[in-house]
Amino acid sequence: MTAKKSENFERPDGRKLDELREFEAKVGIIPNADGSAMYKSGDTIAIAAVYGPKKMHPQHSQDPEKGTLRCTYNMNSFSVSERIRPGPSRRSTEISKITEWALEPVLMLDKFPNMVVDVYINIIQADAGTRCAGINAAAMALAHAGIPMRDMVSSVSVGKLDKTIVVDLSKEEEDYEEGEGPTDIPISMTHSGNITHFQLDGKIEIKQLMEAIELARKSCEKIYEVQKQALKDSIDLTGGED
Amino acid sequence: MGGEEIEITPDVTAERIRKYLEQEKRFDSRKTDEFRELTIEQNVSKKAEGSVRVKLGKTEVLVGVKMETAAPYPDSPDKGNLMVTAEFLPLSSSRIELGPPKFDSIEVGRIIDRVIRESKFIELEKLCIKEGEKVWTVFIDIYTINDDGNILDAAGIGAVAALKLAKVPKYDEKEEKVLYGEDEGKLPLRKMNPFTITVHKIGKHLILDPTREEEDVSETRISVGSSDGIIHSLQKGDSGYFRDSKIL
Repeated sequence: MTAKKSENFERPDGRKLDELREFEAKVGIIPNADGSAMYKSGDTIAIAAVYGPKKMHPQHSQDPEKGTLRCTYNMNSFSVSERIRPGPSRRSTEISKITEWALEPVLMLDKFPNMVVDVYINIIQADAGTRCAGINAAAMALAHAGIPMRDMVSSVSVGKLDKTIVVDLSKEEEDYEEGEGPTDIPISMTHSGNITHFQLDGKIEIKQLMEAIELARKSCEKIYEVQKQALKDSIDLTGGED
Repeated sequence: MGGEEIEITPDVTAERIRKYLEQEKRFDSRKTDEFRELTIEQNVSKKAEGSVRVKLGKTEVLVGVKMETAAPYPDSPDKGNLMVTAEFLPLSSSRIELGPPKFDSIEVGRIIDRVIRESKFIELEKLCIKEGEKVWTVFIDIYTINDDGNILDAAGIGAVAALKLAKVPKYDEKEEKVLYGEDEGKLPLRKMNPFTITVHKIGKHLILDPTREEEDVSETRISVGSSDGIIHSLQKGDSGYFRDSKIL
């Protein structure tokens, strides 16, 4: 195998290999919710709302040692080209669980025994990376709701297109067909560097996977700064509460 | 059932709403027949054939139009199909729980379906691809983002606005495939502006565009779907009653 020089690889939208799509974060978008946020990356838009902590029902689901985080990921029927039938699917059920696993490590849930914190994520427009956008929005919404957190969580999808490692794949890149095709690696991590969510599908060698994780680390740092700024802005504008 | 966490408008607030109405007043200083500020943002999802965000005060809904090909119904072999669904997302209010669609959301979908269908706003006869075999189905999907009352009227405005923006996707007859992203021009609509308006009765008083708190105090309501002075749909909702025709 003669590896093509990565530097010569051209992304369909002309981005640099380590360049994120244009991204934006906003906090406090749903007045009814205890906390809410929007995260947009390119044409992918996710919103999240937090309700709670509140008493867990039914009672037998209560955990007397710590509170429960419950995440629900849902795509709008018109967020993609082929309409999605409303209601949960196998895919959305899995992503909901993965989102819980990604966020739980930073939450101080031991402060809320027998309680539940509900996080609802809704994808308005999808162009790949929706689970990562959802996690980014949810992490901000939890902070906005005042749930005690040890750290922030930032999420990004890195990938390998043929032999080249790139960050924040678009749908067009996810469907890349040349050479070794696409490998999609969504990763979430805390600001201190703990990886709380890690998935992959495609084909990749360990050495390149390490490279991909390094790229995710650098990218999450950029996302973290934007999340932090959005949270600060929400306080400056509204005095912290609606 | 976990009812204790659900925030219901307290009795004192309800009492105050009724008292204010005695003097034709409302908490937000609106007149009884005055709507909250309406904003419509276009094309909130590029993947939809047409989509909008509608805000009525703090109430917010997203409405999107999607189109697919399907077999026609046996009683209309040469006409397109229409399907309206509403999802009350738990994201939009602490009162909404996860689970199969509850009555509220089903009713919103059905009332909006009726005004659009009965007013013949969409020229469904132009959405036939092959008679008896293949027609377009127009889906109107409604999502609540923040529920501060009167989701129904906001959704009705959104449905019409989204339809007006909608473009018919290209259909490749040879491959029998829809080419999303390419279009064949605007969705054929008749020149009219159908809408749904819901009148609520609180004591002797009638109000429009209630907030969540006012909706809680409402005894009964009537939703009127109309266009150009013609009434196309009616629904009296909730178990109260009214006796004068003033409500129309």
